[in-house]
Amino acid sequence: MPNKILDINDLKREFIMGVETIKALKGITFSVDAGEFVTIMGSSGSGKTTLLNILGCLDIPTEGTYLLDGVNIKTLSRNELAKLRNHKIGFVFQSYNLLARTSAIENVELPLFYNADIPTKQRREKAMNALEAVGLKDRMDHMPNQLSGGQQQRVAIARALVNEPVMILADEATGNLDTKTSYEIMMLFQELNSKQGKTIVFVTHEPDIAVFSSRTVTLKDGRVIKDLKNENVHSAKDALASLPVEKETEEIKQAT
Amino acid sequence: MNVFNLLGLAWKALTRNKMRSALTMLGIIIGVGAVITMVSIGEGSKQSIRSQLSSMGSNMITIRPFSNSTAGGGARVGAGGLQTLKVKDASSILNEVSFVTDVSPAVSTNGQAINASLNWPTSLQGVSPDYLTIRDWKLVSGTAFTDDDVATAGKVCLLGQTVVDNIFNGVESPVGKVIRFNKIPLKVMGVLEKKGENTFGQDQDDIILAPYTTVQKRIMAITHIQTIYAAAVDEKSSDTATKEIGVVLRANHKLHFGEEDDFRVRTQAELISTMSSTSQLLTVLLTAIAAISLLVGGIGIMNIMYVSVTERTKEIGLRMAIGARGIDILLQFLTEAILISITGGIIGVILGISSAKLVTVFLAWPTLISQSSVVLSFVVCAVTGVFFGYYPALKASRLDPIEALRYE
Ligand SMILES: Nc1ncnc2c1ncn2[C@@H]1O[C@H](COP(=O)(O)OP(=O)(O)O)[C@@H](O)[C@H]1O
Ligand SMILES: [Mg+2]
Repeated sequence: MPNKILDINDLKREFIMGVETIKALKGITFSVDAGEFVTIMGSSGSGKTTLLNILGCLDIPTEGTYLLDGVNIKTLSRNELAKLRNHKIGFVFQSYNLLARTSAIENVELPLFYNADIPTKQRREKAMNALEAVGLKDRMDHMPNQLSGGQQQRVAIARALVNEPVMILADEATGNLDTKTSYEIMMLFQELNSKQGKTIVFVTHEPDIAVFSSRTVTLKDGRVIKDLKNENVHSAKDALASLPVEKETEEIKQAT
Repeated sequence: MNVFNLLGLAWKALTRNKMRSALTMLGIIIGVGAVITMVSIGEGSKQSIRSQLSSMGSNMITIRPFSNSTAGGGARVGAGGLQTLKVKDASSILNEVSFVTDVSPAVSTNGQAINASLNWPTSLQGVSPDYLTIRDWKLVSGTAFTDDDVATAGKVCLLGQTVVDNIFNGVESPVGKVIRFNKIPLKVMGVLEKKGENTFGQDQDDIILAPYTTVQKRIMAITHIQTIYAAAVDEKSSDTATKEIGVVLRANHKLHFGEEDDFRVRTQAELISTMSSTSQLLTVLLTAIAAISLLVGGIGIMNIMYVSVTERTKEIGLRMAIGARGIDILLQFLTEAILISITGGIIGVILGISSAKLVTVFLAWPTLISQSSVVLSFVVCAVTGVFFGYYPALKASRLDPIEALRYE
C-alpha cells in the first residue's frame, strides 16, 4: 500500500458572514500518495484556495477529518500546526510573497529561522543548496525588485524547499507569469517531483497547466466533480522547446 | 529563534527604515536625556546645599531670643531688639547640658573697617574662641584670640578674607597690624580661611571676629547677647541637646509652667533637612516633567509599532505560513520596540550626561550625575519598550495567517 501523505474525508468549510453562511467546501474526500503531482482545478470561487489553506494547516475545517502524514491535525495546537507548516509543508504563492529589501538568500533562509533542528551555521549552506536547485545560485544577493517575476517565483520555490518538506503546496503559482515563464516553472516542479520525489499539490484554473501533472482533481462549488489520473503527462521541457516554433508559425500565419 | 537571531532581525528591520527609527528614538532620547539632566541638576543642588550647610558645622546649635508674648499689650519686638539672652545662659549650657562640647555667646554689629587710607563696610561679630571650633573655621595665618582676651575685653580681632582683600593692599601681611572698627583700634591676630558664600548667597568672609566682651563693652555698649552658638557631640545627639538647652534656659529665665519660651533653639541638622526637602521637591518636579517626556516617547514607539505591524501584515502572514509561531512574531516585534528604546536610551544617557556637564560649565549650576538615575532611566527605558511594544506585538502575533497573507 502506498504511503498516503494526505488523506481528507468529507471536509467542509463554512464561513459565517453576518447572518449568512457561505459553504465554501461542501464535503471533499480524496487522498494523495507520496510522490504524486496533483493539480486542483476549478473555476474562480470553486473553493480551491480554501481547500489548499486547510491542506497547508493555515486553516481548520469546520467538519471532516484531515490526516497529514498520518497525523490528525484537529488534535494539534496552534504552535504544533506552525511546526508542521515549517517542517512538512512548503508554500508557493501566486504573488511570490518575498520580503522586500531582503536578498534572495535571506528570503530562502527564512523558514530555517523557525526550525529549531537546523543549527545557525548550516543555514547559509542549506539556503544556497536550495537556490542552486532552482538555478539561481548566482543571484543570491539580488533583492526581489532586481529579479524578474519568474526568478522571484524560483526564489519562493527555493524557500518552500529549504526545510525539505514532504509536500509542496502551490496556489496559482504561475498565475502572474507569461506562458514561457510558466512552463519554466512547471519544468522545475516536474523535476522536483520526478528527481527529488516531492509530493506536489498544485492549484490552478488553467487547463494547459494541469496537463503537466499526473492527476487532476476538479472542484465545482465546493465539491469534487472529477478526479482523474492523467495518462498522458506532458513534459514541460518539451513544451518549452516547442514554444518559439509555435510563436513563429503564428507570426507566419499572421503575415500570410 | 534565539536572541541573536531576534536582534539581527530587529536591527535589519530598523535599518530598513532609518529615518523613521531615528525619529521614534528621538522621543526616547529626549526623555532619557531630560530625566538624567534634570535629576542631576536636582541632585547637584541638593548636594551643594548639604555640603554648604555642613560646612557651617553640621552639629551647630543656634539659640536666639524669641518674642514669646506681647507683654503689656505692646507690639512684638524683633529678635534683634530682645535682651533676654545673657552670658550666664551660655555658661549654663556649657556646664549643664550633656552632649554639648563648645559654646560661644555672640553679638554682632555693622560698621566701617579702616586700615590707613582704605575702608570697608562690614560686620563685626563678637564671639568666644570656641566659635572657631563650632564653625570648624581655621586660620590661614596668625593665631586665634584666647579666653584671656575675652576676660580682658582685649582690642584684638580676626579678619575674614574679604575684609583683608578690601583694606589691605595685598603686599603687607595683616597679622600684627592695627585696624580701626568704628574708631576703635583692633589688633589683627589672624586671618580666617575662606569659606565662600553660604546657602543664602551671603559672603561668609565679609566679617571681623573679636572677643564678644570687646564688642559688647567697647563698641555696642550692651550687656546682653544676641545669639548663643553651641556644638553638639555629633548630629544625632543634637536633638537631646536641644531639649536640655530648653530646660536650662527656661530655668535661667524663670519661666513658669505654661509660659512660652522666650528663645528659640535651632539645629543645623534641622536646617539641612528643611533645605534638602525643598530641593527634594525640586528634584521630584523636574523628574516628573522628564518622566512625562519619556512617556510621550514611549507612546511614540507604540504608535510606530502599530503602523509597522499594519504595514507588514503580509510579511507576518508569510512568516506564519512558513512556520513562525505566535510567540516568534510577538518576540520579533517586541525586540524591535526594545531595540529602539534601548538604543534611544543609550544615546539619551550620553546626551543627558553631556548636557548636565554643559549646564555646569555654562550656567555654573552644580550637577551631580547619580549612578542610580542613569541605571533607573535605562531600566525605565527598557520597560517602556516592553510596555509600549507589547500591544502592537501581541496584535501582530494574533493575526490570522490567511487574512494577513491576503492583506494588500
Ligand atoms: N475568509 C472568507 N470569508 C468568507 N468567504 C470566503 C472566505 N474565503 C473564501 N470565501 C468564499 O469561499 C468561496 C471559495 O473561495 P476560494 O477558495 O478563494 O475560491 P478559489 O480559490 O477557487 O477562487 C468563495 O465564494 C469565497 O467568496
Ligand atoms: Mg484562489
